[in-house]
Amino acid sequence: MFRIVKKQKLNDTVVRMELEAPRIARKAQAGQFVILRADENGERIPLTVAGYDRERGTVEIVFQIVGGATMCLNAREEGECIPDLVGPLGNPTPLAGLKKVAVVGGGVGCAIALPVARRLQELGAEVVSIVGFRSRGLVILEEEFRACSSRFFFTTDDGSYGEKGNVCAPLGRLLQNETFDEVIAVGPLVMMKFVAAATKPYGIKTLASMNPIMIDGTGMCGCCRLTVGGEMKFACVDGPDFDAHLVDFDEAIRRSRVYAGFEARAREKHCNLLKKGEAE
Amino acid sequence: MNLSPNKTPMPVQPPEERRKNFGEVALGYGEAQAMEEAARCLSCKGRPCVGGCPVGTDIPGFIALIKEGKFEEAYETISRTSCLPAVCGRVCPQENQCEKYCVRGKKGEPVGIGALERFVADLHAERGVPAEKPQPNGRRVAVVGSGPAGLSCAGELAKRGYEVTVFEALHVAGGVLTYGIPEFRLPKKIVAREVEALRALGVKIETNAVAGKTFGIAELKAEGFEAVFLGTGAGLPKFMGIKGENAKGVFSANEYLTRVNLMKAYEEGSETPVCRAKKAVVVGGGNVAMDAARTAVRMGAEVTVVYRRSRAELPARGEEVRHAEEEGVCFRLLANPTEILTDGEENVIGVKCAEMTLGEPDASGRRRPVEKEGGGFVLEADCVIMALGTSPNPLLKRAEEGLSTGPRGEIAADGEGRTSLDGVFAGGDAVTGSATVILAMGAGKRAARAIDEYLQNK
Repeated sequence: MFRIVKKQKLNDTVVRMELEAPRIARKAQAGQFVILRADENGERIPLTVAGYDRERGTVEIVFQIVGGATMCLNAREEGECIPDLVGPLGNPTPLAGLKKVAVVGGGVGCAIALPVARRLQELGAEVVSIVGFRSRGLVILEEEFRACSSRFFFTTDDGSYGEKGNVCAPLGRLLQNETFDEVIAVGPLVMMKFVAAATKPYGIKTLASMNPIMIDGTGMCGCCRLTVGGEMKFACVDGPDFDAHLVDFDEAIRRSRVYAGFEARAREKHCNLLKKGEAE
Repeated sequence: MNLSPNKTPMPVQPPEERRKNFGEVALGYGEAQAMEEAARCLSCKGRPCVGGCPVGTDIPGFIALIKEGKFEEAYETISRTSCLPAVCGRVCPQENQCEKYCVRGKKGEPVGIGALERFVADLHAERGVPAEKPQPNGRRVAVVGSGPAGLSCAGELAKRGYEVTVFEALHVAGGVLTYGIPEFRLPKKIVAREVEALRALGVKIETNAVAGKTFGIAELKAEGFEAVFLGTGAGLPKFMGIKGENAKGVFSANEYLTRVNLMKAYEEGSETPVCRAKKAVVVGGGNVAMDAARTAVRMGAEVTVVYRRSRAELPARGEEVRHAEEEGVCFRLLANPTEILTDGEENVIGVKCAEMTLGEPDASGRRRPVEKEGGGFVLEADCVIMALGTSPNPLLKRAEEGLSTGPRGEIAADGEGRTSLDGVFAGGDAVTGSATVILAMGAGKRAARAIDEYLQNK
């Protein structure tokens, strides 16, 4: 059993949890993920590690409440336990030797981009962060990002906070004037696709953190397969980070929706259950 | 002596009923049926059946005890060589092993050895005979993976007094017995029972622990484990490399079966996302393909199995093929998918197949399928399940420098399970590639003996 040490609402649909898991905390590195189950009959939910504290023996996750499984997870409160948590899975984001990096985060993906930015800062790299959200109400982790970035750019789609538009606008301006060892993109598939398109003409190596549907996370199920440079790759054992210029994003977007109908039904069911619970 | 040329029939759920439920298909012998079937055994001098058993079980010995009604003694005889008789009695390919060599099989059907093994094991479990906890010797061994290889290795070591911890990557123990083989062929309560029996012997089981990720071999040794057994299983599902394979509606058999078995998508009210196909095509001819096909039938699909060789080469157990056909699964033999057809939104709408013919034998000794000129056909489908075997999992190899692997990436180990690392042993599918439960069990057991020898000399 894994205790929820701390639970914090970051915005209306995004929640941060710190979980007691000393063995995972000892090993976790930026870019890796864990899989958890919120209850004994729950789904296995893969979530990229948003932080870790080796001394306290805790790992941090940040999740968006999108379907039945994440609703169940959100129903767990501080001090309660979840039955299963496994990791750290996948490969750490390779950061050694990088001197100047643009870290691009979108939406809840910012929670995963943050440990990458922090680690880069620790390694002495110059970190330029570009983070984007749909609107002001959805902004998370702004202060944390500012703290580990030498320069910081902020966008919202509706212009309610920061620059109006998406992350590609400030990124494009930067690329016209300076170069980077690498651009690391973490966020919605569509955002990562456009970041890849923006950096490609400059030949700047770009990493995308892929988060496909998976079950076991150790290579057994083949559910997380992607096409990268024309080859089949499994995100869990070969990734989750891949060369963004080689990823077939359109396919990944389609595959992310394989169970969309199912998820919508589960969400509806849970919403009804929750509403019922509130009424009682 | 029972001179009937046919096996005493095993009661089964009728096909029309069972294709709508996940209950066990074969219901097992009662005492009278078991004794009747045991009476067909000639107790012949040559004992060819024993030679056909990968773990050398004393088959005529246990059958003779059944004849006398000494069922518990029969169980003890089997358990000298097999750790998981209730499992093996159900899933071993007996027709290619013990029963293949049975003298009775020359004129009629062989003795139903598998059915008898299952009877004895189930009866033993029903009686709930408590296991004797061995005297601990104070030495610790880590077993990685709780599939058939790991469980048998752990059991054998525990019986010898070792303090064993089994590490399992998933949230439930059992490996392929839990996530892969469906409920209707191997009820999960039987797997749970075998795991409980190990716990009764003092074996600890730690779930949610991935070797090479959560911990490395060096850490296990630092924690006081003097030897390590790696039974990490087969690995990554293979795909064909044809167009459309990443479309929506194409799954590996591992994914499909895991969603239904481990994640319990078959239970009413389950929230596990799973493909509810109308027309499913399963590609492959092994036991996993049969499991996937029969699972899809139960989930409401019309199912066609596409296999590139002919009926004679189908690697699945005869019983599985027969059961699948009885349940309405169609077989398109000598056919091979060449493309998965999709609509504008990349949903599967069909499978384009080439017709095949058999050429010269290949390295496996089976005749190589060759594509026929022209022709071909299209099967309508909204779901395609690939059951083509696996390739070795690179996870441990990447994490453990010094762990030698074979040409295909499988863990290199000798006949006793010794790997290139001192005190590290391996067995089962992780070493051989996809094989059978009984072979993995045998490997786990042999490695346990080698570990015992290694630690006694250390």
